[in-house]
Amino acid sequence: MDSFWSVFGGAFGLVFALDPDLMEIIGLSMRVTLTAVFFACLIGLPLGAAVGAFRFPGHTLLAVSLNALMGLPPVVVGLLVYLLLSAAGPLGPLKLLYTPTAMIVAQMVLVTPIVAALTRQLVEDLNREYSEQYASMGVGPIDRLTSLLWDARYSLLTVALAGFGRAVAEVGAVIIVGGNINHVTRVMTTTIALETSKGNLQLALALGVILLLIAFFVNACVMTLRASAARAAYA
Amino acid sequence: MRDIAFDLAAAPSATIKSTPRDVLLEARSLGFTAGKDSLLNDVNLKILRGSRTLIMGPNGAGKSLLLRLLHGLLQPASGEVLWQGAPLTRQSRRSQAMVFQRPVLLRRSVLANLKFALSVRGWRGKERSGKIETALASAGLSHLARRPARVLSGGEQQRLALVRALACEPDLLFLDEPTANLDPASTAAIEDLLMDASARGVTIVLVTHDAGQAKRLGEDLIFLQDGSVAETGSVDQVLNTPQSEPVRAWRQGRLYLGPNTHSMQNHSRRML
Amino acid sequence: MIRRTFLALTGAAICFAVACQSAIADDKFIIVQSTTSTQNSGLFDDLLPKFKDRTGIEVRVVAVGTGQAIRNAANGDGDVLFVHSKPSEEKFVSDGFGVSRADVMYNDFIIVGPTSDPARVAGSSDVVEALQKIAEAKAPFASRGDDSGTHKAELRMWKAAGVDAAASSGDWYRETGSGMGATLNTGTGMGAYIMTDRATWIAFGNKADHTIVVEGDPKMFNQYGVILVNSKEHPHVKSDLGQTFIDWLLSKDGQDAIASYKVDGQQLFFPNANDGSS
Repeated sequence: MDSFWSVFGGAFGLVFALDPDLMEIIGLSMRVTLTAVFFACLIGLPLGAAVGAFRFPGHTLLAVSLNALMGLPPVVVGLLVYLLLSAAGPLGPLKLLYTPTAMIVAQMVLVTPIVAALTRQLVEDLNREYSEQYASMGVGPIDRLTSLLWDARYSLLTVALAGFGRAVAEVGAVIIVGGNINHVTRVMTTTIALETSKGNLQLALALGVILLLIAFFVNACVMTLRASAARAAYA
Repeated sequence: MRDIAFDLAAAPSATIKSTPRDVLLEARSLGFTAGKDSLLNDVNLKILRGSRTLIMGPNGAGKSLLLRLLHGLLQPASGEVLWQGAPLTRQSRRSQAMVFQRPVLLRRSVLANLKFALSVRGWRGKERSGKIETALASAGLSHLARRPARVLSGGEQQRLALVRALACEPDLLFLDEPTANLDPASTAAIEDLLMDASARGVTIVLVTHDAGQAKRLGEDLIFLQDGSVAETGSVDQVLNTPQSEPVRAWRQGRLYLGPNTHSMQNHSRRML
Repeated sequence: MIRRTFLALTGAAICFAVACQSAIADDKFIIVQSTTSTQNSGLFDDLLPKFKDRTGIEVRVVAVGTGQAIRNAANGDGDVLFVHSKPSEEKFVSDGFGVSRADVMYNDFIIVGPTSDPARVAGSSDVVEALQKIAEAKAPFASRGDDSGTHKAELRMWKAAGVDAAASSGDWYRETGSGMGATLNTGTGMGAYIMTDRATWIAFGNKADHTIVVEGDPKMFNQYGVILVNSKEHPHVKSDLGQTFIDWLLSKDGQDAIASYKVDGQQLFFPNANDGSS
């Protein structure tokens, strides 16, 4: 199929043309996703670690909930965040709807359970190894939490990557709360959706290839870091 | 009820401080069950300050379990553990330390492992770095300080775990078969560190399978069989002139199958 | 529990995001809730820069289906509504959500189909007859099925043709439940007839072997209207800026701009603000 291969040529053509609109879209995609993943980690890492390291009433329910929330459909998240941020919603006065911030919020909501659930699993395994030593040393809960997170740091990079992958590829939520407004909230995935609906399938696919390349690059960087850590037996 | 109390006269080492040997740790009719199985049954013992006590016995006798109960890592099903006459608390556990059979080292550098243990005990700054230097030097690990702890050899790892425990300046140190996986040279290094610590007054409670190690290190010996104390006394006394059938069977390399059965003769092995 | 966790997460998320928001300093913009047909045809890309040149006002377009655009505007999530379903628009105004409605322009609906033309309708200008033939031939027909303006218009056509197409849903009548572009992609893929607005079709890039088979029927007239969202209902609505946009659309300058937008040399939208039809 001729057009199938020409798509890749088209993708590289787009990248090397350094089209300012495309650069803006890629830039916004990265800004939104990286910010969302950052804050998702800020919440998800300690939350997941706490669920993994401690036993408390409702622990199992919380662990199961986090796992279940990993499967949240993006469109549902988009609608819930839309209803919250809509002018008619409880947070309407913040005027966040149709801004990049709204997209960050939606992606955060999507990614935080993933980060928390995967962190819980990792930390639980690590804690199994460390818990007697911690108990023997008399390590307090805060020290225990930070220490577990620190020792799992390289494995947690993979967790952040999983969150990044989910966020960067997601379209259902951001198109609802962002509105796909040109030059304001248009990101890679919403552009792909738009070009598809215009019937510009080659362009849409070329953009998809670019998105894939970006994801590949980010993954390669993190994996290299992790591999060197593994050689040092830190991971 | 078999009470064990080791008196001052039994102390062979002249370097022990001349403080009166009060009871540091005491177990009263300690019991532990898992489901229906009774894993530890009516264990009574007293550990005197500054002593070196060995816990021996065949596999499954409950040695490691007893150590964890004494350290407070597990809660007994019956009986109690007293630290200087009072019930064990998290605070009293801070006066103790434990080294496990497989060293549990954080995924950090040698230095960071020591740093973490010392900061948990509240040491900071110059005081802490001083202690770290001393600990590293005593274990012969100074040149490896920046290495990730988990790439060290087995012997180096266990030395690190030991000096990390000792750096926290515990009154009492528990060790659960610390040399089971080590070669003779590494074993000797660990034993030297232990004797030094003992000389500084650290009370030592050590689980081992190695009768030679018991003779090299021990003063007092508690022999466990099937969750109960079979025999106690000085190391030489128990190992050389065993009074109980379980110890005799163990010394002859036989499996002891209980008071009503004959031990399996065909398993006889080495005699020390 | 899941719900509470979710709410807690969302709340925390919003707090952080608000805290870190790089505030968009320029407040001189309005949000227009509009339809995919205007966006996909490229009209806005042509129109809005001209408007910004003259007034300095940035127009941010949220392009969704007419039904959703109206619901969003009713929630106050927009300053101006620019859609094409006159009955719904009039209800929006009479419900108090909009100030008043004005005609802006029209385009027309067409039916596209495969060149093989299994229902033998090519060249027709009678939509009723064509739909009846399609139903008789049980030729595949792809419908939006999404309650959009185009979908509502299509249903009116079926009604006029006296065909209960919904009864054959899943058989030859296929409801995609998605936007115009997605429905065109689906329809051209399965060799189905599709009713679409002309503007979207001309600008559409994946025509496959489909061509226009029915056009020119006066029934297929597709009127666009513009409404300022009522600030009595939603006080934050930027009435002044919104009215400026509407006034410009209806002015000679705006109407000329609409008329001058061409794709492949074809005019897509026909301004009719001054016909007095509203």
